[in-house]
Amino acid sequence: MISSLEDLVRQVKKQKLKPSQLVEEAINQIQLKSDLNIFIEIYENQARFQALQIEDKLNKGHPIGRLTGCIFVVKDNFLLKGSKTTAAAPILQNFEAPFTGTCLQKILDEDAILLGKTNLDAFAHGTSTENSYYKSTKNPHDSQRTPGGSSGGSAAALATDICHFSLGTDTGGSVRLPASFCGVVGYKPTYGLLSRYGLVAMASSTDCVAPFTKTPQDAKLLIEIMAGRDNLDATTLDSSNLDFRPKTVNQNLTLGVIKELNQNLDSDVQKTFNEALDHLRTNGWQIKEVSLPNIKLALACYYVLVSAEVSSNLSRYDGLRYGVHQSHDDWGELIKLNRHHGFMAENKRRIMLGTYVLSQGYYEAYYQKAQKLRTLLCQEFDQVFRQVEALLSPTSPTVAFKLGSKIDDPVQMYLADLMTVAPSLVGIPAISLPLKTAGLPVGLQLMTPQMTDNFNLNLAQELFNQLC
Amino acid sequence: MNFKSEQLNDCFVDDYLPTIGVECHVQLDTKTKLFTAINNQLTDDQLPNSAVGPLCLGLPGTLPVVNQKALDLAIAAGLFLKAKIASETRFDRKHYFYPDLPSGYQISQHHYPIIEGGLVEIPTDAKTSFSVRIQKAHLEADAGKLTHVEGQDYSLVDLNRVGTPLLEIVSQPDLHSSQQVKQYAKELYLLMTYARVCQGNLAAGNLRFDVNVSVSKSANQLGIRTEIKNLNSFRFIEQAVRFEINRQIQLLEDNQTVIQETRGFDEQTKTTFSQRQKEDAQDYRYMPDPDIPPIKIDSNQVQEVEKNLPIKPQIVRQTLNNWRIPFSDWETILDNQDLAQFLVAKNQDLNIDQAQLFVKWLIGDLLALLKQNQIVVKDILNNFENLKIIINKRLADEISNLTVKQVLVDLLVEKISLTNILNQSVKTQITDQTQLQSWIDQIIQEYPQAFADAKQDAKASGFLVGQVMKLSQNQANPRKVAELIQVLLKNK
Repeated sequence: MISSLEDLVRQVKKQKLKPSQLVEEAINQIQLKSDLNIFIEIYENQARFQALQIEDKLNKGHPIGRLTGCIFVVKDNFLLKGSKTTAAAPILQNFEAPFTGTCLQKILDEDAILLGKTNLDAFAHGTSTENSYYKSTKNPHDSQRTPGGSSGGSAAALATDICHFSLGTDTGGSVRLPASFCGVVGYKPTYGLLSRYGLVAMASSTDCVAPFTKTPQDAKLLIEIMAGRDNLDATTLDSSNLDFRPKTVNQNLTLGVIKELNQNLDSDVQKTFNEALDHLRTNGWQIKEVSLPNIKLALACYYVLVSAEVSSNLSRYDGLRYGVHQSHDDWGELIKLNRHHGFMAENKRRIMLGTYVLSQGYYEAYYQKAQKLRTLLCQEFDQVFRQVEALLSPTSPTVAFKLGSKIDDPVQMYLADLMTVAPSLVGIPAISLPLKTAGLPVGLQLMTPQMTDNFNLNLAQELFNQLC
Repeated sequence: MNFKSEQLNDCFVDDYLPTIGVECHVQLDTKTKLFTAINNQLTDDQLPNSAVGPLCLGLPGTLPVVNQKALDLAIAAGLFLKAKIASETRFDRKHYFYPDLPSGYQISQHHYPIIEGGLVEIPTDAKTSFSVRIQKAHLEADAGKLTHVEGQDYSLVDLNRVGTPLLEIVSQPDLHSSQQVKQYAKELYLLMTYARVCQGNLAAGNLRFDVNVSVSKSANQLGIRTEIKNLNSFRFIEQAVRFEINRQIQLLEDNQTVIQETRGFDEQTKTTFSQRQKEDAQDYRYMPDPDIPPIKIDSNQVQEVEKNLPIKPQIVRQTLNNWRIPFSDWETILDNQDLAQFLVAKNQDLNIDQAQLFVKWLIGDLLALLKQNQIVVKDILNNFENLKIIINKRLADEISNLTVKQVLVDLLVEKISLTNILNQSVKTQITDQTQLQSWIDQIIQEYPQAFADAKQDAKASGFLVGQVMKLSQNQANPRKVAELIQVLLKNK
C-alpha cells in the first residue's frame, strides 16, 4: 500500500518497488481501461526506457530526484519536445513541439516517468471532454457519464490508478471540476505561481498548471517542485517566500461558506456538502456563512473575458507555418478554410464571442465592464478573507452528468463552471477534495487568499483527513 | 500652435495652409528582439527566416518577455525628445490577420505608452528655429516582410524582422510645409542616431515615416487628412508631402472633396496613390496583453539611462556656434556623429582660430579624403594631436596652404610619421631669397604681359605667384614670393 508520493519514492529508493514493474502494471491498467478513451498518446516504450534509466541510476547509487519512479500523465496541451502536442484540436493533430514547457521539465527532472498524453476538450474549451477531436473520455465511476473537463483524461487516469499523479490545466475549473467528478484531489494554485511557458494557451490571465493527486500532501510536493519565477513567463511570481514545510493547522480558525454558492445545488451535492459541514462543526471547526454579492456575475464575467483572450490566443492558428492545412489559391480563403476545419464548434463559438466583445462599440459594454467586475470581485474576496481564513463551496452544483446531455446547450454546459470561475478570476488558490459519498463523487472546494498555497494545502490535508 | 502668424503666413500655398503630422517608426538597436532572446542584429546578407525563434513563428506555448534594453533605449529616446517618461507602461494586442504577422496580433502600446509629450526643436539658422510637439511614443514589435515576386502568383514571407523593437514617435500636427517635414524627419534621425537608439540605416528601414497631410483655408480649422505610409528617405518625404499638398489643393479648387484614406508613394513617378479608404479601416480589437504585466519605470532607472546618454545634437550646434562656424557647414559636421562628438569633447582644447581651421579642413578636404581612401573618422581622431601640430604650424605660416593637403594625405593615407613629414615639408619650404628671386625672374620672362598687367593692377599678381609656386613644385614659401613680386612691381 502506497500512502503518498513521498512514500512511493522511499520504497523505490529502497528498491522495494521496481520502476519497470510499476510501468508494466500501469500499461496493463491502461489496457484494462482502454474503453474510457483516456489517452491521445501513450508512451509505453519511452516509459519503459525511462524506468530502466532510473534503475540504472539507483544501482549505481547516483543522485535521484524527488519523484523517482512516480508514474504520471499530462494533458495534451503541455508541449513536450519532439512529440505531438494536439490540444485535442484538428488543426494541431500533426504539431510536433520543438521544446518542453517549464513545469513538465521540472517534473521530468525529478525522475518521474511520463506514460502518456491525455484527452481534453479541444484547446481546453469545455467541461466534459466532449469537445475533443478524439471523442470524449468516460467517467471511471460510470462510463455513461463525463469525467468533467477540460482535463478529463488526466483526472480519469488518476482515478483508475493508471498513474500516481497527473497534470492538467485549470483556466476556470478545468482541473477542479474533473477532480470533483472523478473523485480525486485537484489543485489550482495562485495564478502566476507556476509557469505557463510551454502550455497551449487558452486564457492567459487565468491559465494555471494544476495537478491531480490522491492527497493534498502530494499536490503540495508537486507545487513545491514546479513553483517559481520563470524568465520565460513574465507573469510568474517569486515563490521564495512560500514555506512548503508541513505545518499543523489551528482548528480554531473560521471557515466561510459562500451563501451565493450554497443554493440551487443538485440534491446529492447539497446533501453531501451539508453533511461535510456538519461533520466539521461537530469536530470543533467554526463555520460561518458569508456573502459575496457579485459572485453571481462571475460566470458572465468569466465568459466575456476568457472568450476575449481565447479569440486573441487562437488567432495564431492559421495552418500556414504549422498545423493541418487545406489548399486554396487565395491566402484569405486558405486561412478561412484552415480555421474552419481546424477548430471544433466550441472553439469557434468562443472565438466569435471574444471577437464580438472586443469589437469597436462593444468593448466598453462587455470587455471593459467585465474587467471592472473582475476588480470588484477581487475586492469582495479581500473583504471576506478579513472575516474568515478560508472559504468552502461545492466544486460543482451537480455530480458528473451524462455524456451528451448538455452538448447541445452551451449555456447549461457553462453553468457547470459556476463554482470554479470566481477563484480563477481572482487568482487565488482553490482545491477540490473528494467527499465521502455512497453514490457518484462530490467535490468540496476550499479557497484561500493569494499566495497562501502552503496554508491552503495544509488546511486541505486536515479537512481531507476528516472528510475524505 | 508654435508659429507666429507671420511665419504661418509664409506657409500658405495658393490660399491654403497645409498641416502635417508625422509618425516615425524607429527600429531599436538591441541585440535581441523585443520579446524573445533571438538575434536582432540582422546583416545585409541575412538569409530569409534565419533569425526567428518559436515566439517569432507564433508557436503555441511561447510567451513574450520584455527586453529591458529596449525599455532603456526607449527611455533614452524619450530624454532626447524632451519627453515625459511614463512611470507605468503597458502593452496591448492589436489584432489583424496578415501573412507577415504569425501570432495574428501585434504587441503594441495603445493606452499606456512609455513616452508622453515632448518637443523637438529644429534650427533653421544659427539663431532661429521652429519646434514640433511630440504627442507620444510607444513601443511595438515589428512584423515580417512580404516580397511580391514579379510575374508570379505568390509572395515570399520573411519573418526575420518579426519582433524587432520599434519605437513609434507620433508628432502633433505642427508642420506646415514639405520643407519643414523634411527638416523634422532629419532632426528625428539625428536625435535617434545620436542617442544610439537606432543604427540609422534608412535604406534598411531603420527609420520609416508615415505623414498625415491636410490643407485648409483657415489656420484654425483642419481639412480632411490623408496618410502616406512607409516613406524611408528624406527626399521621398519631401516629394510625397509636396505632391500631396498640391493634389489636395487641386481637388478643392475643382470643388471636389479630399477622401480620408491611406496612400502610398510611387518613387518613380513621385506621386501618391490610394491604398485603403477609411470605410475599409480594420477594427483592431485592442486588448491589454495578459501575458505582460504592467511595467513600472522608476526614477532610478531613468537616471541611470540619463547618466550614460551620449551628447545631443544641440550640444554640437552650440560648439559650432561658439566657434563661429557658418550655419551652412553645421549639417556636414552633424552628419558625422563620431566627429561631431569628438569636436565637442575637444571644445576646450581648441581656440577659435584652431577650431575654424580644423573644421574648414574637415569640410574641405578631410572628409572627402576619408571617403576616397576608405579611412574611418577614428583615424582622424587618433591623429588629433598630430593634426593639432599641423594646425598650429599652418596658423604660424610654417606650412603653406598648398602643402597642407599633401601633409594630411601623408599623415592619414600614407601613414608617414609626423616627424618625417614635417622634416620634409619644412625643409622644402624654400625661403631663400636668391632662389626665390631666380624663379620669379624666370616667370617674369615667361609671362611679360602678366607682369605688365600686374603693374597696372596689383591684384593680378596672384597669377605670377601661382606660376612661381608651380615652378618650385610648391616648395617656395608663397608669402615670401608674393612679397618679392610686390617689391619688383613697385620698383620697375
